[in-house]
Amino acid sequence: MAIFLNKASVVIVQGMTGSEGTKHTRRMLASGTKVVGGVTPGKGGQVVDIDGHHLPVFNTVAQAMSATGANTSVVFVPPKFAKAAVIDAIDAAMPLVVVITEGIPVHDAASFYAYSVAKGTTRIIGPNCPGLISPGESNVGIIPADITGAGPIGLVSKSGTLTYQMMYELRDIGFSTAIGIGGDPVIGTTHIDALRAFQDDPETTAIVMIGEIGGDAEERAAAFISQYVTKPVVGYVAGFTAPEGKTMGHAGAIVSGSSGTAQAKKDALEAAGVKVGQTPSESAQLLRDILGR
Amino acid sequence: MDLFEYQARDLFEKHGVPVLAAAIATTPDQAEAAARAIGGKVVVKAQVKVGGRGKAGGVKLALDSASAREHASAILGMDIKGHEVRTVMIAAAAPIESEYYLAILLDRSNRTFLVMASVAGGMDIEEVAHTAPEKLAKIPVSAVDGISVAKAKEIVSAAQFPHDVADQVSDVLLKLWELFQSEDATLVEVNPLVKTTDGTIIALDGKITLDDNAQFRQPDHASLIDHAATNALEAAAAQKDLNYVKLDGQVGIIGNGAGLVMSTLDVVAYAGKKYGGIRPANFLDIGGGASAQVMADGLSIILGDADVKSVFVNVFGGITSCDAVATGIVQALELLGPKATKPIVVRLDGNNVVAGRAILAQAAHPLIEQAQTMDGAANRAAELATK
Repeated sequence: MAIFLNKASVVIVQGMTGSEGTKHTRRMLASGTKVVGGVTPGKGGQVVDIDGHHLPVFNTVAQAMSATGANTSVVFVPPKFAKAAVIDAIDAAMPLVVVITEGIPVHDAASFYAYSVAKGTTRIIGPNCPGLISPGESNVGIIPADITGAGPIGLVSKSGTLTYQMMYELRDIGFSTAIGIGGDPVIGTTHIDALRAFQDDPETTAIVMIGEIGGDAEERAAAFISQYVTKPVVGYVAGFTAPEGKTMGHAGAIVSGSSGTAQAKKDALEAAGVKVGQTPSESAQLLRDILGR
Repeated sequence: MDLFEYQARDLFEKHGVPVLAAAIATTPDQAEAAARAIGGKVVVKAQVKVGGRGKAGGVKLALDSASAREHASAILGMDIKGHEVRTVMIAAAAPIESEYYLAILLDRSNRTFLVMASVAGGMDIEEVAHTAPEKLAKIPVSAVDGISVAKAKEIVSAAQFPHDVADQVSDVLLKLWELFQSEDATLVEVNPLVKTTDGTIIALDGKITLDDNAQFRQPDHASLIDHAATNALEAAAAQKDLNYVKLDGQVGIIGNGAGLVMSTLDVVAYAGKKYGGIRPANFLDIGGGASAQVMADGLSIILGDADVKSVFVNVFGGITSCDAVATGIVQALELLGPKATKPIVVRLDGNNVVAGRAILAQAAHPLIEQAQTMDGAANRAAELATK
């Protein structure tokens, strides 16, 4: 079992004909993901050969879905065209849309997120995220497939490389699903959504939650954990040394005045009973202690 | 990007939000000329991107152009909470009857836009929110539907604006929404929005934050960047398209991925406690494809920072393979030659790590030291920074 993504996931790639799209389609196929086609407006009818996989290209997500039965889309479209691509997927009622693109204006993200909520048929993950992997089942996005295998840990993180780091630290135990939700101010799937899904997933026995400065998603997640999550949760928060008012790489990673600090997030998580490490390795060790491994 | 008040005022004007006549000045002469051109009483206002300038003496009423000159002369060069005043705005003075508050902003928590409106304007709105929350109306605005005429009226009524100004405030809201949307703003705040003694509504002071991600479709916004306030190292890094933030410590940091780099800073500060408070000197994310050139650019910025005593390169090879990163580091040191003088602790993990570590071991560069773990590397880099 896994959350959001599993063996039954059938994937199309929006922006497959672009260089990033092609590169990562190849990697997803190599890791066993069922990629069945792509969408590039104006290039419908073409067929792309990627390592012997003949992948049809469609003009719209609706056409791709009806021709291939896809239930998951991953978006590698440049920022300028990303909103239209995501709206196209929502209009087609695509169940899961994973937006990898970095640098999407927040007005566009707020707009497609609101649109997805109004339609009620699409879960968006991202934008500005590495995607998600359910090891041994499917891998959608840019997370390296060979860090670790399947296991009982669920991981949710705002950061891509910290996701890889934590998967690597706990590679001998393995993961049900590792999901990068993205570092932008407006994202489709939050820590809370992932925590709820991990709590409800019988194969996940412990959860690692990685946060960073900016916004109050971690504080809200902490409140949710107190109310709903009975499985052990270990946390890590990045950005204690970040100065006020400076964006630290991710568009959403900014301490504004006294809000969004790493300390406030750590305090909130600890008050909810979450053990929080000072470094990624410490957090990994805390999880080992809990699992007795 | 946060704008100066005068830049916000100009955007208000551009979008039809009522403002008073104003001009900026960087010298007392210019201030006097501006005051004369505007005529009558003027206000001389320090242009700094920080609150509390009134209390600091950065806002003065001038009865004529000579006194505007005097005030400008006193205010220019002033230090307000660490911000040097390089520009003043000379604005016409208005006879104020009432002060209100209006803002449209991104509400991250609820992933929507939000209007905040209050008839108790002119003061710190966070204080109003704290002491008299009933006086601050908060109304969510859908990113899809925006602010229509009906929505504007709903907001004006919820915030209990007086009837005699309701239509004007409603019109200002529509124009602020137009600005917010078309300029890709994440905050548009008018504080105070005033009613003058003749019943006119005017935006007297404002704050605007623009979305940096929207630069590709907002070519005009480039001219709003305050280059004078940018740190020289940050400016050099920006020229090389590097994601760099200068900090005040001693250990230069290079890493891949924003989250891992933020974490690296923390781990260095944590390890540095043992060495008398050694801290990170910068944030530098070289991204996924750490080519030799990018590594050289990054190292050269960091080695150009006089505060840096040691360097910590922390890379987790996800898509990038560690052998490419290792080759990049070696080539970068060749490119830099004698300019590279500080010890460099390298921690590589992930994709192709064995080959990567072997390349560094074989190069046997006297400045490079390898570490097996992130915590161990941070500890060593902090230790080296004390030598």
